[in-house]
Amino acid sequence: MELLMAIIIGILFMCATYLILSKSILRIIIGTGLLSHGVHLLVLTMGGLKGGAAPLLGQHATSYTDPLPQALILTAIVISFGVTSFLLVLAYRTYQELGTDNLEKLRGKKHD
Amino acid sequence: MSILHWVVLAPFLYAIIIPILFTYMKRVHTGWFILPLPFLLFIYFCSKIPTTSQLQTDVFTLTWIPSIGIDFSLMLDGLGMLFSLLITGIGTLVILYSIFYLDKAKEKLNQFYVYLLLFMGAMLGIVLSDNLIVLYMFWEITSISSFLLIGFWNNRRNSRNGAIKSMVITVFGGLSLLAGIILLYLMTGTFQISEIIASVQQNSIMTDPLFILAMICVLLGAFTKSAQFPFHIWLPDAMEAPTPVSAYLHSATMVKAGIYLVARLSPVFAVSGYWLWLVSIVGIVTLIYGSFFAIKQTDLKGILAYSTISQLGMIMSLLGIGAAGVHYESETTYYIATAAAVFHLLNHATFKGSLFMVVGIIDHETGTRDIRRLSGLMQVMPITFTISIIGAFSMAGLPPFNGFLSKEMFFASMLNILEFNLFNMQTWGLLLPIIAWIGSIFTFVYSMILVFKPFAGAFKPEKLATKPHEAPIGMLISPIILVSLVIVIGLFPDLVANTILSPAISSIYGGGSYDLHIYHWHGFQPELFMTIGVILAGILLYKTREKWTTIYRVFPTILNRLYDILRFKTEGSFNSLTNRYMVGSLRTYLIYIFSFFVFILLLTMILKDGFTSDLSNLAPIGAYEIGLSFVLIIATISILFAKSRLTSIILLGAVGYTVSLFYVVFRAPDLALTQLVIETVSVALFLLCFYHLPKNARKKESIPFKLSNAIVSILVGLVVMLIAISSYSNKLFGSIAEFYVENTYKKAAGENMVNVILVDFRGFDTLFEIAVLAIASIGIFTMIKLRMGGKKSENK
Repeated sequence: MELLMAIIIGILFMCATYLILSKSILRIIIGTGLLSHGVHLLVLTMGGLKGGAAPLLGQHATSYTDPLPQALILTAIVISFGVTSFLLVLAYRTYQELGTDNLEKLRGKKHD
Repeated sequence: MSILHWVVLAPFLYAIIIPILFTYMKRVHTGWFILPLPFLLFIYFCSKIPTTSQLQTDVFTLTWIPSIGIDFSLMLDGLGMLFSLLITGIGTLVILYSIFYLDKAKEKLNQFYVYLLLFMGAMLGIVLSDNLIVLYMFWEITSISSFLLIGFWNNRRNSRNGAIKSMVITVFGGLSLLAGIILLYLMTGTFQISEIIASVQQNSIMTDPLFILAMICVLLGAFTKSAQFPFHIWLPDAMEAPTPVSAYLHSATMVKAGIYLVARLSPVFAVSGYWLWLVSIVGIVTLIYGSFFAIKQTDLKGILAYSTISQLGMIMSLLGIGAAGVHYESETTYYIATAAAVFHLLNHATFKGSLFMVVGIIDHETGTRDIRRLSGLMQVMPITFTISIIGAFSMAGLPPFNGFLSKEMFFASMLNILEFNLFNMQTWGLLLPIIAWIGSIFTFVYSMILVFKPFAGAFKPEKLATKPHEAPIGMLISPIILVSLVIVIGLFPDLVANTILSPAISSIYGGGSYDLHIYHWHGFQPELFMTIGVILAGILLYKTREKWTTIYRVFPTILNRLYDILRFKTEGSFNSLTNRYMVGSLRTYLIYIFSFFVFILLLTMILKDGFTSDLSNLAPIGAYEIGLSFVLIIATISILFAKSRLTSIILLGAVGYTVSLFYVVFRAPDLALTQLVIETVSVALFLLCFYHLPKNARKKESIPFKLSNAIVSILVGLVVMLIAISSYSNKLFGSIAEFYVENTYKKAAGENMVNVILVDFRGFDTLFEIAVLAIASIGIFTMIKLRMGGKKSENK
């Protein structure tokens, strides 16, 4: 399973990188979204996908899945959500002020 | 603090109150306030002559940074005394001269004298420091104050260029000197010059692998400061400075700082043959180069600049040859070169200072320094003419002036090297006296040009801007004092020989007493015939110079052009290089970053043979997982090909929900919940923005654009995949999950391990994650609400 997950994560990273390298701001933000999915899955996979009960003690199981990566991912999800929403509003404001969402045109002023 | 410390610091302290005096005492020329200080210092140093002539050395230490061995320690010995007398003595005369040279109404005198005092203090610091780091500090202050003084008339383009040029070259040398000092510290473990010399005499550091490197670094510092070939190019351009500055810094003091350094560190390095060869060959090349190109100059100060270069080369070569004296002590044959060096050092300061002042007078009284426009000034400026004839004849090495004596000693020591039996001197050494002799002929020629072109011939006032007349007496005092010294030292050389010169020789050799007598007449020695030859050949060349000066067209100014290329062309090419890769496109930068990431990780993996795949520890794959993976991969890849924004947003949502299903499969209920909610909110946000963004999400992208993106992204994906597989296969130790399983209920009274970790075991993470959310929301609010400048304030 971990091997399959590694391939999925690789594809997520691949597509995310491709989107981040494109011209449209929206596609870049979609790319960062994919990238964070890839990272979260990577953390979970690296923690091990072995069987076991959900990390709830009420289940009285003999073995549980590792709770630490889950806690880390939970934190990461929230943070990436905050950043993504900020980026989205930034893109919205950029378009409003500058009239383009093409990154190749957003080059700043040439200074001498 | 000893008196010597106050002596070094006095110019700095005095520099602080100069602007006050300048502002509140407008009616008096500021120079009058400065004048007493160098004079008092000169008196102080004179009073110490008896001490140093007994070869007593006083060391005064003031703790500065004791933890790394840097003390503000000063030492007054023979060599320091010689230089201190020059600095304060000529300093006094130059300040006196500058009072009459600079107009108190037109010039920014406060700045001028502050810079000059900074320079004087720093120069005293160099020659009196016993600590190399302190010496380096003062060394750089002289570079900076010289920069400020050359650029004193900073509204002139040439002044600025000359100042920058001298700064660049001398600071380059200064930094290399610092490297040399550090290397010396590594070899000997101390910064104190006296301790370094003592440790060198006990155990030779010659065998140390750093020895040659340290020597080259130190010599680079000395050669750049003393305008030795090929670093001399800054000195002619420094002639844009006011003439008192040229006289003081660029003939008598600063350019001798390199000479001082070579002399001071001779006891450390002179045991090596490289030192002898390097110093003497660079010196002799500088001598011939400077004297040859001095004849080409048409500007009086240009002639003097090249002449200074040449004379400094002569002193340097003498110091190099004098290094042989380290091997054979107490025989006149060997230390005569060092004696000639210190003697000529003193002589050069006297006659060159007076010549600069004479040129300044000519410039001041006629409005030009161009020798093609000046002639026949003898009639109107008789005193100036007398001064310049004495100075120039002394420079040419004619009796009875002091230049004659040191030139004779120069020839004598150049001839002596034929008898040396070390470092291959007896074979290749023959070239040195020949070059020295030819150089002296050129010296004779330019000295004659200097004195006869402006003063002899017919008087042509119509060529001059102003009506020339004799200079005011105040301007003449300083050069008169200097030329009287030229005559007095010339006639009675023993006045200085055993009081000032022989203690200096003793310091150069690191101890021992050297008896020195300088005679005007020592029989029909070879050097006398060499001098006669110089005079005869020189007169011949001077008379026929119109015929042969055309050869200067053959010599282009390669070195200056090289400097210009280094300074301006490299600036341009680095600019275009920067513009070529800093293109301003984020995508290009991302490509750099991703490529570097791929490159460095793949390289490490290959070099360290890092890829492993261990398939024994894998979890089994179920039907759900296969289905979900299929959906996830399809959705992800479809985003790339989505034509509209709506499709790509919906596909992103599909990816998010599939990921939360994965969390369900992998038994992470909290993650699944959070992911579900957050994905919903994000998609809503995306759709909100979508409404305001332009129609097409995909831009028209060219094939190369797509192809390079595709290559980079495939590589990134592959690298991540490889790293994931090999790091999973390389688990070194187990998880700490056991602790949480055991203690979640016992210690934290909870059953949901993830939540307990978030709020109890690792609560700090959560605190700052809340802070992140708060900042993001405040940021979003501000972005939407805040409008600076008030334009386009439509709020939606």
